[in-house]
Amino acid sequence: MTLLTVDDLVVEHRTPGRPLVRAVAGASLTVAAGEVVGLVGESGCGKSTLARAVCGLNPAASGTITFDGHPVTPLGLRRRNRALAGIQMVFQDPYASLNPRRRVGAQIADGLRTAGDTVTAPADLLERVGLPRDFAGRHPHEFSGGQRQRIAIARALAARPTMLIGDEPISALDASAQAQVARLMRDLAVESGAGLLFISHDLSVVRLIADRIAVMYLGKIVEVGRTAEVWADPRHPYTRALLGAIPAPDGAGVLPAELSGDVPDPADPPSGCRFHPRCPVAMDVCREREPTFGPVACWLHEPA
Amino acid sequence: MKLPQAWRQPLAIVGGVIALAWIVIALAAPLLAPHDPLAQDLPRLASPGPGHWFGTDQLGRDILSRVMYGARLSIPLTLLLVVLSVLIGGLLGACAGYFGKWVDETIMRFADLVFAFPTIILAMVVAAALGASLTNAVLAVLVVAWPAYARVTRGLVLGVREREFVVSGRLLGFSAWRSLRVDVLPNVTGPILVLATLDIGTALLLLSGLSFLGLGAKPPSPEWGAMVASGVEVFDSWWVATFPGLAILTVVLAFNFLGDTLRDALDPRTARAIKERAL
Repeated sequence: MTLLTVDDLVVEHRTPGRPLVRAVAGASLTVAAGEVVGLVGESGCGKSTLARAVCGLNPAASGTITFDGHPVTPLGLRRRNRALAGIQMVFQDPYASLNPRRRVGAQIADGLRTAGDTVTAPADLLERVGLPRDFAGRHPHEFSGGQRQRIAIARALAARPTMLIGDEPISALDASAQAQVARLMRDLAVESGAGLLFISHDLSVVRLIADRIAVMYLGKIVEVGRTAEVWADPRHPYTRALLGAIPAPDGAGVLPAELSGDVPDPADPPSGCRFHPRCPVAMDVCREREPTFGPVACWLHEPA
Repeated sequence: MKLPQAWRQPLAIVGGVIALAWIVIALAAPLLAPHDPLAQDLPRLASPGPGHWFGTDQLGRDILSRVMYGARLSIPLTLLLVVLSVLIGGLLGACAGYFGKWVDETIMRFADLVFAFPTIILAMVVAAALGASLTNAVLAVLVVAWPAYARVTRGLVLGVREREFVVSGRLLGFSAWRSLRVDVLPNVTGPILVLATLDIGTALLLLSGLSFLGLGAKPPSPEWGAMVASGVEVFDSWWVATFPGLAILTVVLAFNFLGDTLRDALDPRTARAIKERAL
């Protein structure tokens, strides 16, 4: 059952005096209940903007986002639509995502209140994310980044989300904590039957936890597929480049291949296929026409 | 009990002792004052000496007693004034910063309007329009004092409102009001507290200034600014104006020292410098 549908979403950033930036330029994506989707791409490709739009934090310029049959409306100054409280987010920076002035137990209790849960105690949730129960009475500054991120996950889970979004939740953590926290998020989401949209630029971690992978480049999803398939047989040249850039610790001494060039300015995207200036196999058609089909948006893989 | 390191500094201790002394004087003025502050039974314009250590004024009132009783007027009114400015300015500034758009525009344009006038002149105009009394002087200073807090609070709120924990709260269904109260305001109080402490001196100066100009306390009430004003009329008897002037000076100085210390204590960047200076 499809829980979250993002259809041809466009999100624009307007800054007075600067050209309009299309951070998300027509992206489509679905997440089913109990499914883990990994969204990967370089910095600045629009992953986080897409995640924020799904939470209603960035308004859509065009296209639609539907959650459980309800359109996602931008979160203004009014209280958030109750129907959308099922979407909860874990943020990138664990040091900014907890209120430094409040005990963590009180912050988790906010999530419980959202769900109308009067039975569960904040300490129960701390236990679920693998922390001691007595942490509830402490303040955030007493914890490490990994512990804070677990607390942030506990708070999001307290609201009983059916759709959990992780906006690069592990990129600010120590290498030792990254895989742990990623797995914890997956296990907790799947256990409760919720969908998980996990955003990361670290493909090797996404591979461990995602059922499906969506690859994003400059505001567009360029390839979607089952994790094992994408991993074994990446079809879009950009996906290949991303996978080729992962170091292989096999002792063979093969250095990771580097993708030349930088991500173009999203305010002034290249003509035709957005990837063509960096693509090793670009053809004439790539410079002229944009591939708007899926699941692999590349002229080499145009559906018949 | 040991003082925190940030407070174990010469200026902090001097400021604390002076402020504490004035508060004790204000509370215990009836016990400490040697004479009735309003009684006119001493020789007129007697220079400082036994029985009247600060001298007497042109009506034969004991200046020491009047300065002591003056603390009961000036200090509570100044504190009340600052507390009200913080509440009004802080709340308006927080709303401007949090709600943005027309709320922000409206509140901040009013603040700019007040900022556009020289403080003392605007306070004089307001006090004159309301009529000369100490209460009206407080109101007049309030009118000119709140915009500073509004501006500072707005800036701080703008910096905090996009932080992830505030957004998380909103995603959990906090109303804007609850978000402001629970997540935003507790995280901006430090700098506002510093500003308020530093402002106690300014507020006292402004309040005494209005009384000095005849727009505040009315005779015979022993208000420091009014006492300085009456001393100006008899310049040869230097003690009449000097002692209430010194009272104002010491209170302003004390709260400035305390405000500076508070700022250092709350700003982690100065923590190291504090360590080196601490007693």
